Amino acid sequence: MSRVNFENATCPVPRRDYPQVVLGHGGGGKLSAELVEHLFVPAFRNAALEALGDAAIVPPVAGRLALTTDAYVVRPLFFPGGCIGDLAVNGTVNDLAVSGAEPLYLSASFILEEGFSLADLQRIVDRMAHAAATAGVQIVTGDTKVVERGHGDGCFITTAGVGWVPPGRSLGPEHIRPGDAVILSGSMGNHGIAILSVREGLEFETVTHSDTAALNGLIARMFEVCPDIRVLRDPTRGGLAATLNEFASRAGWGIEIHENQIPVDESVRAACDLLGLDPLLIANEGKVVAIAPAAAAERLVEAMRQHPLGQQAAIIGQVTQQHPTMVVARTAIGASRVILLPIGEQLPRIC
Amino acid sequence: MKYLSEFRNGEVARKLAADIRATVTRPWAIMEVCGGQTHSILRHGIDQLLPPEVELIHGPGCPVCVTPVELIDKALAIAAMPDVIFCSFGDMLRVPGTSGDLFSVKSRGGDVRVVYSPLDAIQLAKANPTRSVVFFGIGFETTAPANALAIHQARRLGLTNFSVLVSHVLVPPAIEAIMRSPTNRVQAFLAAGHVCSVMGYHQYVPLAERHRVPIVVTGFEPLDLLDGIRRAILQLESGTYTVENAYSRVVTREGNRAAQAMLAEVFEETDRTWRGIGVIPHSGWKLRDKYRDFDAETRFPLSGIRSQESPRCRSGEVLQGTLKPHQCEAFGTACTPRTPLGATMVSSEGACAAYYNYGRLLDLGTERTACRA
Repeated sequence: MSRVNFENATCPVPRRDYPQVVLGHGGGGKLSAELVEHLFVPAFRNAALEALGDAAIVPPVAGRLALTTDAYVVRPLFFPGGCIGDLAVNGTVNDLAVSGAEPLYLSASFILEEGFSLADLQRIVDRMAHAAATAGVQIVTGDTKVVERGHGDGCFITTAGVGWVPPGRSLGPEHIRPGDAVILSGSMGNHGIAILSVREGLEFETVTHSDTAALNGLIARMFEVCPDIRVLRDPTRGGLAATLNEFASRAGWGIEIHENQIPVDESVRAACDLLGLDPLLIANEGKVVAIAPAAAAERLVEAMRQHPLGQQAAIIGQVTQQHPTMVVARTAIGASRVILLPIGEQLPRIC
Repeated sequence: MKYLSEFRNGEVARKLAADIRATVTRPWAIMEVCGGQTHSILRHGIDQLLPPEVELIHGPGCPVCVTPVELIDKALAIAAMPDVIFCSFGDMLRVPGTSGDLFSVKSRGGDVRVVYSPLDAIQLAKANPTRSVVFFGIGFETTAPANALAIHQARRLGLTNFSVLVSHVLVPPAIEAIMRSPTNRVQAFLAAGHVCSVMGYHQYVPLAERHRVPIVVTGFEPLDLLDGIRRAILQLESGTYTVENAYSRVVTREGNRAAQAMLAEVFEETDRTWRGIGVIPHSGWKLRDKYRDFDAETRFPLSGIRSQESPRCRSGEVLQGTLKPHQCEAFGTACTPRTPLGATMVSSEGACAAYYNYGRLLDLGTERTACRA
């Protein structure tokens, strides 16, 4: 009787250690469970998540809650200064923070394209965990779906966030009054130019990094110094121009800004000049615009400058009774121009 | 950054403006030829610093604006073809053809891509050998050398899937046409600095002499423009008409010889239609016969396209300086950057869009406006 040679035998059990996402990862079966168990739970670890229920159960919160959600579809997924994971956490944290809420919990839904690298997913999830820890929030629930190759763009993430609104806090353009100061936490355009330069393969002398950051720490400090801030906004898509136009039109007052007071990094300015783009229309992911009573403005800016995310904070303008609903910029040479709401994407100029 | 912030100094700007005010004794009309200059004038509010006697007329130097509708329609037709990758500079995507724009072709499934250089299109052609890559080669003398280089490279590389839809236009014949027009009001020109960086400024000397018109080669930053205007006013007031170079940090009399040699290798002069203006003799470049294989117009079937301009668009008058954008009935109502009737409302260099974006202080009453008639 000959001996059976097991050395080259293969086991008919299905493979589980795929290097890429396969459709089964979103199927709700063993592969899905393993993704949760080995990838998401170790990264996001917290009691509410580890219960692995269909919904996260969290302790009671007394008072008003803020709830927000946002979808993240950035391309490329990784860029100088961050990745889609940082954006997915910081963006939702910031939406809560500029609403006056203190962020508590996030959910995270992933739509993954078949074939997406699991190593890249791990990198993204690690960045999300890091961003959540930095912001002091917990990712308590989530979901994963997989779409067939060609039906997605690698990885889409949707996060929702819950925050607690302290009693008496009320923010909104309706509180804006003529004479109020317009305050900006830092330089404009870094995120948009960072993305554009890697997406389009543009090489500039200096690499511009995205400014993605969670603003809740800075904003908490701002409320300590000035509890009667009128309104806050993070100038993301559409940039400062879109934010200020929204304030002006909803408040029914005019806004005047001084172009040479607006911080813009040299690398961003140079890229904008080269491409014919306006830094005031470019997206930011870690900056906040505040309208505050003029009397508190200097004090507020001083406090912001003590915070790592507000070192370049500046008063950039004021609310006026003139030109209601319009935003007007004083140019560096002392003339003026109207800042309009952008129509769509900015298009690079031909020459 | 060097050569940028120092040319936006408010104090020096006010001093130059004061010089202009002190010099000017009567009304003068000066045309800035280039759309980039129009954009900068309105972006920085330079015209608000000028005395009322100085009128700036915005010239036809926006390549997006003057590309004829027939050519836009050809671009739309090619971009919609299967297996074509259509590459364009960004601001051509929203220029309306007879029906729709490149954005609408893209949304219907056309593979339209924004590139920053024609050489990017060459890379795409190399990477996609089974598809036809077409570059929309528009622009003045400034953009033409890179397009010529791309075509030259394509031939050297033996790329059979690369072609260019060419619509290059030239500044000196446009100045000639403006000066010959019976309705002309232009008394001096600010010549386009970037065009002259390629071509030099010797071409403008006979124009200045023939039409007894001062021509000042001018840059694009606020101080460049104010200095150009100041020099033009000095000449007008003293009755001289020479070509002056106010952009000497970039422009020489002879220009960029290497670029000129590349242009001469690939292109030859041709009559061109300018959108809103009509045919100007010898005002453009087309591919030489030996590069005909790279001409998208001969490579793709493009017959049967019927082109028609919007009957309400008066961009031709705007481009010739006989109508200010806000004097058009459609300005800001039927025609806005969101719903443009003509190309001048699309490009940020276009006079109508520049007025719309930067000049709408008309209603404020309390301030000097950018939209002076």
